[in-house]
Amino acid sequence: MSAAIEFQDVRVRYPGGPALAVAGVTFAAQSGTVTAVTGPNGSGKSTLVKALLRRVPLAGGSIAIEGVALGQISLREAARRAAVVPQREEPAFPMTVREYVALGRFPHTSVWSTSDPDGDRAVAAAVERAGVGGFLERHTDALSGGEWQRVRIARALAQGGRLLVLDEPTTFLDMGHEMAVFELLAELARDGMGVLLITHQLNLVARFAHHVVLLHGGTVAAQGPPAAVMTGGILERVYDWPLVVARDPAVGAPMLIPLRAPARITVHRPMET
Amino acid sequence: MRVRFWVIALLALAAAAILGVALGAVRLSPAAIWAALLGHGDSTTVAIVQRIRLPRVALSALAGAALGMSGAAMQGTLRNGLAEPYLLGVSGGAAVGAVAAIALGLNVVLGVPLAAFAGAAGAAALVLAIARVAGGRADVRLLLMAGVVVGAFANAAIMVVYATAPPETVRGALWWMMGSADGADWRRVGWLAAYVAIGGGALVLWARDLDALALGDDGAAALGVDVERASRRAYLAAALLAAATVAAAGLVGFVGLVVPHIVRAAGVRQHRTLLWGTAVVGAALVISADVVARTIRPPAELPLGAVTALLGVPFFLFQLRRLAVRS
Repeated sequence: MSAAIEFQDVRVRYPGGPALAVAGVTFAAQSGTVTAVTGPNGSGKSTLVKALLRRVPLAGGSIAIEGVALGQISLREAARRAAVVPQREEPAFPMTVREYVALGRFPHTSVWSTSDPDGDRAVAAAVERAGVGGFLERHTDALSGGEWQRVRIARALAQGGRLLVLDEPTTFLDMGHEMAVFELLAELARDGMGVLLITHQLNLVARFAHHVVLLHGGTVAAQGPPAAVMTGGILERVYDWPLVVARDPAVGAPMLIPLRAPARITVHRPMET
Repeated sequence: MRVRFWVIALLALAAAAILGVALGAVRLSPAAIWAALLGHGDSTTVAIVQRIRLPRVALSALAGAALGMSGAAMQGTLRNGLAEPYLLGVSGGAAVGAVAAIALGLNVVLGVPLAAFAGAAGAAALVLAIARVAGGRADVRLLLMAGVVVGAFANAAIMVVYATAPPETVRGALWWMMGSADGADWRRVGWLAAYVAIGGGALVLWARDLDALALGDDGAAALGVDVERASRRAYLAAALLAAATVAAAGLVGFVGLVVPHIVRAAGVRQHRTLLWGTAVVGAALVISADVVARTIRPPAELPLGAVTALLGVPFFLFQLRRLAVRS
């Protein structure tokens, strides 16, 4: 069976940009798992999402959704297979949550064919799944950060694909709401969806992801299960900051503790002397 | 709420249309209007109703519908509640095209509106290019400033054309600058209707794209929208509507700004219905503005554009203040 999504030697250069923003990234995200892409700012994480949305052209390599190359399917077909929750999205004019979630059915209709027999059922299931049924008539600009992220996930689920791609879905969320989003994603993966998550939350990656892809300077610095990737040596090099890797007392997952700046001097001094 | 909106909007349109036919230098009773519509009564009244007032009301209605839809589409594609053809210099560009076409003696049905469209599309492209170079089309201030600059340039270009064109080939410069439904005839109504049907029909067809575009570029792309193509074609259809209006009635500002806000405030948000709503409310608004323009100080007529500006400027300032408060 083919992967939910596969990036094969993907290269991206922004128009007018001097160097490749993504310089040969290869990895696959499987159905029924959470795959996390992480790495420092500017390492190319969000560029991968932009390439998937075809907002930037590929300078090389390929992206395939469920074994079908992106170039061979229409934008709408891609949106039916893979639902993306981009980093930034804010309706220019407030709409109700119900109207917003229903926009997830957009790829199932066209200018000439507006009938969508599965639409109502898909929207109802997505609303139920993301737990947003309690505020369907509220306006999108009157939601809290946590509610808004769940509503966006509901919209993505309404698209009906078997792959969910999220670009930093928990930025600005407090701990409780952040955990709720991660638990929801884990649940979706357990039910067979492929979840590809771009995030800075290394400790949550260690606990929730089945596969971690660590990007650095537009290339893959390491990938594999969290325990293999999240080691002090690799992470210190990629993030250029000293840290210790402890064990999560509850589940034994790696737990990262970045050290304070003065400690950095003490870390490096023995090497200098 | 929405049913109430449609009832009120359609009643307002009907009332405005009746007043538009009844009021003017000669006041006509409903009975006299009805008789004249059927071709009965004295020939002067029949002529006033059938050849002067009705075409004028129809032209105002079409201009209002076109401007309302154009404003709704521009606000949707640019994700910006202050976007509208007049403020963004698109109408000004259309006026340059129309005036140049008339000075060159081009055909009124095809040549003038298409030249206006070329001017409008050129101005639209220029405004977006200026905003993009200066930092991004998402920035409302940049867009408005670019619109002001392009609008000022358009005014200058119109004046140059007038100064150099033979006086008998062009109507008064003020007619174009201020807008008017005066002198409407069925021929002009006919071709304006054709352009409104094309531009408005295209927008209604692409209305779902506008819903998605309102989420922002990445949000729309996530739904499978070809963002550049969808924005460009909606913007061009909006420019066509604005251009045809300018060719038929001169510069009528602020209708495209005010009308979509009224319709959205009534709870109509999805673009397919929003566009129809802006057409109805825009038509009612411009017919009413024209009635005010010709009845407030008879026999003199105020410019239609001046009346809509008197309404639109305070509204614009109110919106600007809301924007400032939010940011």
